[in-house]
Amino acid sequence: MSLKKMILALSAASMLAMPAIEAANAEDSIYVPLFTYRTGAFAGSGAPIADGMHDYLTMLNERDGGIGGVKLVIEECETGYDTKKGLECYEAVKPKKPVMVNPWSTGITLPLIQKAGVDKIPVLSMAYGLSASAKGDVFPWIFNPPATYWDGFTQILNYIADQEGGGVDKLKGKKIGYIYLDASFGREPLPLIEQLSKELGFEAKLYPVAAADMQNQSSQWLSVRRDRPDYMILFGWGALNSTAVKEAVKTNFPMEKFISVWWPGEDDVRGAGDGAKGFKTLNWHAAGTDFPLIQDIQKYVVDAGKSQVSDKAKVGQVLYNRGVYNSMLIAEAIRTAQEVTGNKVVTGEDVRRGLENLNIDEARLKEIGLEGFTQPLKLSCNDHNGHQSNFVQSWNGTAFEKVTDYIAPMSDKVIPLLDEDAKSYAEKNAPWPERTEACDAS
Amino acid sequence: MFYRETGQFKQSYAADSAVFPILQDRYGLAIVMAIAFVLIPMFGSEFLLASVMIPFLILSLGAIGLNILVGYTGLLSLGTAGFMGVGAYATYKLSTLFPQVNILVWILCSGFFSAGIGVLFGLPSLRIKGFYLAVATLAAQFFLQWCFVRVAWLYNYNPSGAIEVSGRTLFGIAITGPMATPVNRYYVVLGVVVVMTLIASNIVHGRIGRTWMAVRDMDIAAQLMGIRLLPAKLLAFAVSSFYCGVAGALMVFLWLSAAEPSAFDIKLSFLLLFMVIIGGLGSLIGSFMGAALIHILPIVIRALPESLGLPVAAATVEHLTYLIVGGLIIFFLIVEPHGLARLWQITKQKLRVWPFPY
Amino acid sequence: MLYNIFIDPFVQMVQMPDLLVQTLWEGLVSGVLYALIALGFVLIFKASGVFNFAQGIMVVFSALTLVGFYAKFSSWGFSGHAAAFLALLLAAGVMLVLAMLVERVVLRPLVNQPDIILFMATFGITYVLIGFGEIVFGGDPKQMIANELFLPSGSVDIEMLGGLVSLQKIDIAAAVIASLMIVGLALFFQKTRIGRALRAVADSHKAALSVGISLNQIWVIVWFAAGLVALVTGIMWGARSDVSFALEIVALKALPVLVLGGFTSVPGAIVGGLIIGIGEKLGEFYWGPLLGGGIESWLAYVIALVFLLYRPQGLFGDKIIERI
Repeated sequence: MSLKKMILALSAASMLAMPAIEAANAEDSIYVPLFTYRTGAFAGSGAPIADGMHDYLTMLNERDGGIGGVKLVIEECETGYDTKKGLECYEAVKPKKPVMVNPWSTGITLPLIQKAGVDKIPVLSMAYGLSASAKGDVFPWIFNPPATYWDGFTQILNYIADQEGGGVDKLKGKKIGYIYLDASFGREPLPLIEQLSKELGFEAKLYPVAAADMQNQSSQWLSVRRDRPDYMILFGWGALNSTAVKEAVKTNFPMEKFISVWWPGEDDVRGAGDGAKGFKTLNWHAAGTDFPLIQDIQKYVVDAGKSQVSDKAKVGQVLYNRGVYNSMLIAEAIRTAQEVTGNKVVTGEDVRRGLENLNIDEARLKEIGLEGFTQPLKLSCNDHNGHQSNFVQSWNGTAFEKVTDYIAPMSDKVIPLLDEDAKSYAEKNAPWPERTEACDAS
Repeated sequence: MFYRETGQFKQSYAADSAVFPILQDRYGLAIVMAIAFVLIPMFGSEFLLASVMIPFLILSLGAIGLNILVGYTGLLSLGTAGFMGVGAYATYKLSTLFPQVNILVWILCSGFFSAGIGVLFGLPSLRIKGFYLAVATLAAQFFLQWCFVRVAWLYNYNPSGAIEVSGRTLFGIAITGPMATPVNRYYVVLGVVVVMTLIASNIVHGRIGRTWMAVRDMDIAAQLMGIRLLPAKLLAFAVSSFYCGVAGALMVFLWLSAAEPSAFDIKLSFLLLFMVIIGGLGSLIGSFMGAALIHILPIVIRALPESLGLPVAAATVEHLTYLIVGGLIIFFLIVEPHGLARLWQITKQKLRVWPFPY
Repeated sequence: MLYNIFIDPFVQMVQMPDLLVQTLWEGLVSGVLYALIALGFVLIFKASGVFNFAQGIMVVFSALTLVGFYAKFSSWGFSGHAAAFLALLLAAGVMLVLAMLVERVVLRPLVNQPDIILFMATFGITYVLIGFGEIVFGGDPKQMIANELFLPSGSVDIEMLGGLVSLQKIDIAAAVIASLMIVGLALFFQKTRIGRALRAVADSHKAALSVGISLNQIWVIVWFAAGLVALVTGIMWGARSDVSFALEIVALKALPVLVLGGFTSVPGAIVGGLIIGIGEKLGEFYWGPLLGGGIESWLAYVIALVFLLYRPQGLFGDKIIERI
């Protein structure tokens, strides 16, 4: 009997005792929350990115004492790639006055698009999220450098055209298969594909893969065998990428004609064995540890035991460096915000201006220790993306190696579509607030 | 000693057959209402309102819907999330086709659409029983989720495939969209949930509820008694799906503010089933208790290391949450298989005879 | 339109018969794999009347244990086939410990409770295993040690019917191993003393008790057997793709298999698995494009549903007799 009473008391107490989640901020520090997923079905992709992001910012704290002398408070919030948990993380970090959020999931980014302006927290959805948020005057609080999914898709098309002899007219009559995650991330390029297939004359074949069935792609690849497309384009994440590569090897699809957007990492391809040689992805930054910055991270963070990375060999891999790039954007945005506003302890509004005035040129890259790592990036009030070029890298069995120069996107086709999409988004969600944030002259 | 009913005499049949005949019960209900309507909005932080109370209320509403089907009628259903999705998408279509009508009207009307779909997928229930019916409802769940992705008309051909929620008002106050404050949204959700719980309570305490319970206990005997099985079961599906549909519409419009089809996946169905079973089958208060345990407990566990000052990695907290929730589910089931509602009933019973043991 | 639904798929089948054979083979393979998962369900349901939802996570957990042990041995310098089989033995041992724990902590206190409560308890076990597995093994996907376990890789390409039909060797191995296990289990149930005791318990707990059969021992044995089936399933699934927590959702696909075959029948699980696997692949490949693709996610359940309307107890299940 008393046991049951104890249980009742405990459950009542646990339900009533809501710990106050107060802002535990020291007076001068900058709070940077990291939305990560080290659990769940997408943990394979999420963990190295989380490590890269966390380690870079920790290194700044250890080596430089923060940014501009102000320490960073870095906190991870586990979302498991689930929208509801992501929103819970957002609500939980809001009272602590974050300077920006990186949702790392298109599903979590979409609800935040309208909230960001009201809550005054910029959203950095680096190379994912809503493609139309590149339009700064419609979405002043959302940023998605360095390239949108639409840019990426046209870059792959340009690459294919190059392979076929050069010029987009070489795409006419070709059959291009598109295998993708049947969620908002994979479906983003669909309107672009429809339009471009009409304009450029290629036939597009779609192979959706449901998120619950990512490891069971044999039907899709059987259809690929039936349809015999000339090229296959992959827009996947997590277990979808690794299974797709394995299935492609199984059905003897020529790997040199299998190109993916920028998400697969080494782990995704390694499991497929030797047959995966020739698999290509887009990328905009280098892999490897041959950069002073990455070596600093190794020295100050990984070797000092402050990193959660499971294996030191993962430092320098594609997705780890992707996380480092994301954190570099965060750090540079904070630094630029400090310059533009003159405040040391910057707020969300300041960092928004920092992001809009972001100008990472060659000299700055060399200063950071990333010379040759990536191309310079410049954002502006209206251009929150940059529409940068990507290069193609190919898997040679042990690493990804760069096989082309930087390929430009088909901006003449993408920009008008982005404009139109941004306009229709604003119309569907009328009344859409006019941009009131001033544009710093840059 | 506290809970004694001596001196409380009823002078009419209506008073005698009221849902809360004991005065102390009425006081208790008034106190709960006061806390819900006054104290929590006044003293609660934004996080409490937006991430704890609003989801708790919406999930409780869904759990009530599922409880009507599983607890009162004994029809095991795993398609709840699909029906919630139908409500959400129906509200979206209606509100974009007729934007002049108030959003609250459409949220309540969307329940009818999801009731219709529920009846459709409930038709096999005459022939199929028990776990087999669960598989049939799984067909509903996966088919509906596939429809949400594939039928582009449902999300107005948005390129992202997701529904976005724009700002809507009620009597001039923003209740959806980015301008809606958590307090306003909380009041709307609370109002809807209280009214619908009242309606559910009246239904299950009346003739229809007794019909369902007869079907649950032994449907052949019920049939022999003159209860027509198919209308009873279909009505259960209809009412249950109505509640789930409204819960789904509230979820998208007042909680998430956007939705992809993955918001209505099988995990949500299982979550609601847990709430119903842990809370207590066939009990309305059990739905609330189960929702509180399953939804609020992980939040408490996640917040605990930070408030105690322990440096635990976020991912480890997540894993520990799974462990603790799983352990607690097994623990509560062993301690009281009939759910938290039964524990509450036993508590009240003890209070009534306190300080005597029986 | 009607042409597309009724004529065109068969035209395609005839035009590209090698693809038809390939589809049938893929269906067979996935059917065998579903059947393996369903087998675990059937074992536990037959003996204890519990629908063990945790079977899916047991598949993942046992595979992770195996890979984890092997990784441990490798880090001590001890690798190769001997290490792999030792890891296999240890993983089986862990499943035995798990079976004993489950019986002691979950089943014994919940004796005689209604089925849905036991079903719910297995959900609790699922959560505990997910949390525990993620803490011990980490969330990133692992490679199955297929080579070390003598599992073949590569494929057998047969030129037939004007095209190429490629059979993955690992799939052939999976089919063979699954058949051996079915035969082994069937013999076990028919010929051995423990097998007969299991069937007695499945018929009636009280009668089995009165004859002197220890229910607790039987439950440990049956959960251990289901754990072994889960281990084999985990090895096979893991060898085809990675070992990660994404696998446990696949276990849901076993439900239509169980429905078709009957919840209490071992041969039913196999036949049901084959029907669902082949039906699903054929449906997705030939009729899927008409509906925009991706119908695989619900086709199995709809097949099961239609089947249930005509035969509510499944192909081989016990006829449901309701008494007042």
